[in-house]
Amino acid sequence: MRWQSDPLLVVEHLTMRFGGLVAVNDLSFSAGRGDITALIGPNGAGKTTVFNCVTGFYKPTEGRLSLARQGKAAAADIEALTKTGKRHALTPSGDLYLLERMPDHQISWHARVARTFQNIRLFQGMTVLENLLVAQHNPLMIASGFTVLGLVGIGGYRAREREAIEKAKFWLDRIGLIPRADDPAGELPYGAQRRLEIARAMCTDPVLLCLDEPAAGLNPRESSDLNELLRTIRADHATSVLLIEHDMSVVMEISDHIVVLDYGLKISDGTPDEVRNDQKVIAAYLGVADEEVEQIEAEIGA
Amino acid sequence: MATTTDALKSTASSGAFSLSSVTAALKDGGFAGLVTLGLSFPIVALRAEQDMSNQLILQQRWSWSLIAAAAVFAVRFLVVLVRGRPRTVAAGIPIPAPPRPAVAPSRASVLFTRYIGALGILVLFAFPLVILKVLGPAGSLKWINNYGVQILIYVMLGWGLNIVVGLAGLLDLGYVAFYAVGAYSYALLSTTLGLSFWLCLPLAGLLAALWGVLLGFPVLRLRGDYLAIVTLAFGEIIRIILINWTDLTNGYAGISGIPRATLFGVPFTDTPNGFAATAQALLGHWFHHIRYQSIQRTIFLFYLILCLALLTNFVTMRLRRMPMGRAWEALREDEIACRSLGINTTTTKLTAFALGAMFAGFAGSFFSVRQGFVSPESFTFIESATILAIVVLGGMGSQLGVAFAALVMIGGTEILRELEWTKQIFGSDFDPAQYRMLIFGFGMVVMMIWRPRGIVSTREPSIFLKEKKAVSGSLVREGHG
Repeated sequence: MRWQSDPLLVVEHLTMRFGGLVAVNDLSFSAGRGDITALIGPNGAGKTTVFNCVTGFYKPTEGRLSLARQGKAAAADIEALTKTGKRHALTPSGDLYLLERMPDHQISWHARVARTFQNIRLFQGMTVLENLLVAQHNPLMIASGFTVLGLVGIGGYRAREREAIEKAKFWLDRIGLIPRADDPAGELPYGAQRRLEIARAMCTDPVLLCLDEPAAGLNPRESSDLNELLRTIRADHATSVLLIEHDMSVVMEISDHIVVLDYGLKISDGTPDEVRNDQKVIAAYLGVADEEVEQIEAEIGA
Repeated sequence: MATTTDALKSTASSGAFSLSSVTAALKDGGFAGLVTLGLSFPIVALRAEQDMSNQLILQQRWSWSLIAAAAVFAVRFLVVLVRGRPRTVAAGIPIPAPPRPAVAPSRASVLFTRYIGALGILVLFAFPLVILKVLGPAGSLKWINNYGVQILIYVMLGWGLNIVVGLAGLLDLGYVAFYAVGAYSYALLSTTLGLSFWLCLPLAGLLAALWGVLLGFPVLRLRGDYLAIVTLAFGEIIRIILINWTDLTNGYAGISGIPRATLFGVPFTDTPNGFAATAQALLGHWFHHIRYQSIQRTIFLFYLILCLALLTNFVTMRLRRMPMGRAWEALREDEIACRSLGINTTTTKLTAFALGAMFAGFAGSFFSVRQGFVSPESFTFIESATILAIVVLGGMGSQLGVAFAALVMIGGTEILRELEWTKQIFGSDFDPAQYRMLIFGFGMVVMMIWRPRGIVSTREPSIFLKEKKAVSGSLVREGHG
């Protein structure tokens, strides 16, 4: 169980309230380093809210989100960092970040958490290549001396930009979009836009890639290509994946670890096999026959 | 409705107008005519005028109103008859036209866009000398000053605002405030501290950029309409401060006697150390025939603003190919995606405001050195609106389009002053320059119908792998603040 022995992201007691609505209620789980962790649940279960908290788009009402970039952080280190009120500490095992204290762009740049969106958010009027270069904004910005040196042509900006283009080409090749590199992103077919969004997120060199329904709207062939892409991302790039998905063929096939949410509560957490056979999950997804309602409710403590 | 469309189909195929299409056109035209009549009778048919004893008398001009209604009816009738009614469903919601397929630009047009910029620059550098040769010093003043310098100021302002509106997608209605900051910076620094123009120019740019950041901070969280309103208010605040802080700015009376610019210390005067005398002394071989003429100063100003405008253009073009410029454009396309990629949208917005403001500051200090006089009257909202109109008309984000739009809008205004012959038709009271706004309004409406994304509606990618393909304007967002 890598998510217990070597967790990358540890979510503890995460609660998110919108006024009177409790979207996520006291959720705790962890995502293992090198795992593909799936977050599943019926519509409105609070999955995207969890994503928005992890990536800094929402500030959680309560809870702690700790991310240990290089290796498992000791519990004492996390406690110590929590008490200091800082966002980041360099522990013996590597960089440790408390994501709930960081704004979204810092989570991407420092903690290296990248994400995609449920409704694709590409820069539609920019070309495919430009999309991938914008993703490498921060390293290029430093190489250009925060624009000042690059503007007058001093320093290694040109060389660094060529490297960035090489990296973009690598990902374009991986997702099969090299021939369309100079086309505007908005002109790509839907499936290609999904893949491009993943490639764009990967260009930020993430340690954790959060994918919000990457298989939505894909046909079976595109879904299996996506599975392949996610597997190679995990294998070749030291990137762990956190995934929201409704397509069970994707979830069950590639996940190492599944967390199931319903009405903002965690109802199951384990390997795909464990989750598949969990009565609570079946009840949440399929509902139960009238005569079994009381029995099930007693079991799950509702 | 079904019969109408059937009739239209038959019209299209046979080329003759069927009875039902004529009735439809009559109905449409009649309705348009009635609307015109209703609208025009309070503002055209009835006119209140003061008589000798300062009493209001009501003039009735019903025939004007009727003529307007008849004209609208006739035009609408013909348009509907020839082109058919706009297709609508029963609820009156227009059916969106199917998106036009993106047409790849032809080889010729690619070459044209590549070299027209260089050609334009060459023409501009030759312009004052050629005009001087052809028309002589007296005749060429109007062309170099009223057309050349005036248009170039607006080209520069348009290019500056293009950074904020066209690239970063932040709608700024108070751009003239930074122009005013630049103008007053030079006016005050030169008249009180005696600093030279060349020292004040960068200072004015820095001060304007500072004000750009100051405006940027409070409006960071605003988008779209709200951003526009706050920037508009900011422009007015600056102007009202200039009016009311009389101790510093001399209020409405303005600041006069602003020192003129020198060419690195050489003034354009008829003195032994003046430009003509110095040129003779230093480069007598080529300049032995040169004598002092006041037009030399105007030509100098022309080249000065040309260089400043080209600097603006150069910096913008270069920035577009740098991470900063790409981040601006990404911000215009999708701010949330930007944040998810680690782009600090706060600093990105502030740099856009600061840079746009800096170029307005340069232009402002040029304005005050050219006029020798500044007053708050020069920095009203209509200036902001004109500059924004130039950017929108040119095609947001397009440098070439903005330059062309400035030429049309500002050059057009000047040309209206030239149309003396119209007095022979409409009587000696007629002043064509009075109709400037009417003509621009009409021009804008026409543009919005035929080219809603401006003169240059495609976006040029900042980088390419194999082939540079223009991005169709329909894909490019306008930005939402």
